Amino acid sequence: MHEYSLIQSLVTRVEQEAVARRATAIHRLVVSIGELSGVDPELFQTAYDTFRAGTLCERTPLELRQVAARWACPSCGREIPKGEVLTCARCELPARIAAGGDEILLETIEMEVP
Amino acid sequence: MCTTCGCGDPKLVPVDVHEKILAGNDRQAQHNREHFMEQGVLALNLMGSPGAGKTALLEATSRATERRWRLGAVSGDLATDNDARRLEAAGIPSRPITTGQGCHLDADLVHHALHGFPWTELDVFFIENVGNLVCPAIYDLGQAANVVALSVTEGEDKPLKYPVMFKAADLVVLTKCDLLPHLDVKVDRILDGLRRVMPKPNAIQVSARTGQGMAEWTGWLEERKARVPKRAAGAPAAHTHEHDHDHSRDHDHSHAHDHEHDHEHRHADGTVHRHGHAHGRDH
Repeated sequence: MHEYSLIQSLVTRVEQEAVARRATAIHRLVVSIGELSGVDPELFQTAYDTFRAGTLCERTPLELRQVAARWACPSCGREIPKGEVLTCARCELPARIAAGGDEILLETIEMEVP
Repeated sequence: MCTTCGCGDPKLVPVDVHEKILAGNDRQAQHNREHFMEQGVLALNLMGSPGAGKTALLEATSRATERRWRLGAVSGDLATDNDARRLEAAGIPSRPITTGQGCHLDADLVHHALHGFPWTELDVFFIENVGNLVCPAIYDLGQAANVVALSVTEGEDKPLKYPVMFKAADLVVLTKCDLLPHLDVKVDRILDGLRRVMPKPNAIQVSARTGQGMAEWTGWLEERKARVPKRAAGAPAAHTHEHDHDHSRDHDHSHAHDHEHDHEHRHADGTVHRHGHAHGRDH
């Protein structure tokens, strides 16, 4: 259940940004969650709903974007389907994961500024 | 305020951040990594399920290296300092990190554990993470490599069930291999699973009880140790570069220093440079 500590980091980061820009309200947050980021989107949402009380995000909806993990050969670009061995059969190179597939990113904060 | 028509409505601004939610932890981890590199210490993050044999692996490492290397460890657990005491008994200076309800270690907890612990004198510093195959995988601690202990009693499909953990591993140590004759577990099937979740699969088979595979394990440690730059002679025994310390969770101390000095340090790529800088901070 590391989702709670992630929400804490998220809310802290958003509050920082809001204070720096003297925002009066935060209208929306967009977070992308990679399939191999180690985060369960439902738990993340639940943790957010629980933890945001009393913070600047109290009334802010959270939009989650799920990013599939895509593996491909760094040389020939051949995509490696899910569940297969992560080595390119032709180039014999270790596959590389496409950006976002293993990350949890705060994408956008929509805020109201005076 | 809307300045276009003068209606007085506030303005909605979308701010594109595109930043890792764990960016704060990653910064602290990088800071830890610089400490380890400067001091020529190989730091390893040892992860695995509860009962995978992480502590036993370290005890066996101490026996296998016959105290030729200076080993040290911090061990994370929700409660008790049993692991740290076991390691001390095995000749590995240790400190417990009791996480309470925390299911993983983070870079800040590790940084705090370094205070007052003689880690700068070590060759290999093990960070024994909380027993858990999920959460620890995503927290960078500043380690040079991730080692995942997987006991053969845990079943053949663990890699496929916990891909995030094994994807993060630089080395998987299959433990308790002395039990294989008593189990319906095929090591080949575990290795096949690893190839489907690790782009650079690397696994060794050991038994802490019989010593099987320990030479391969210490060989791997030796090879990783060789990649860590040696501490330059005369380099300061403790870190001296400028950084922010967040001492919010800790102790009751205060000291101030304000001084200038020359400082030589070696970077991860092996280059060494010297520069003067000043500190002025209270904490």
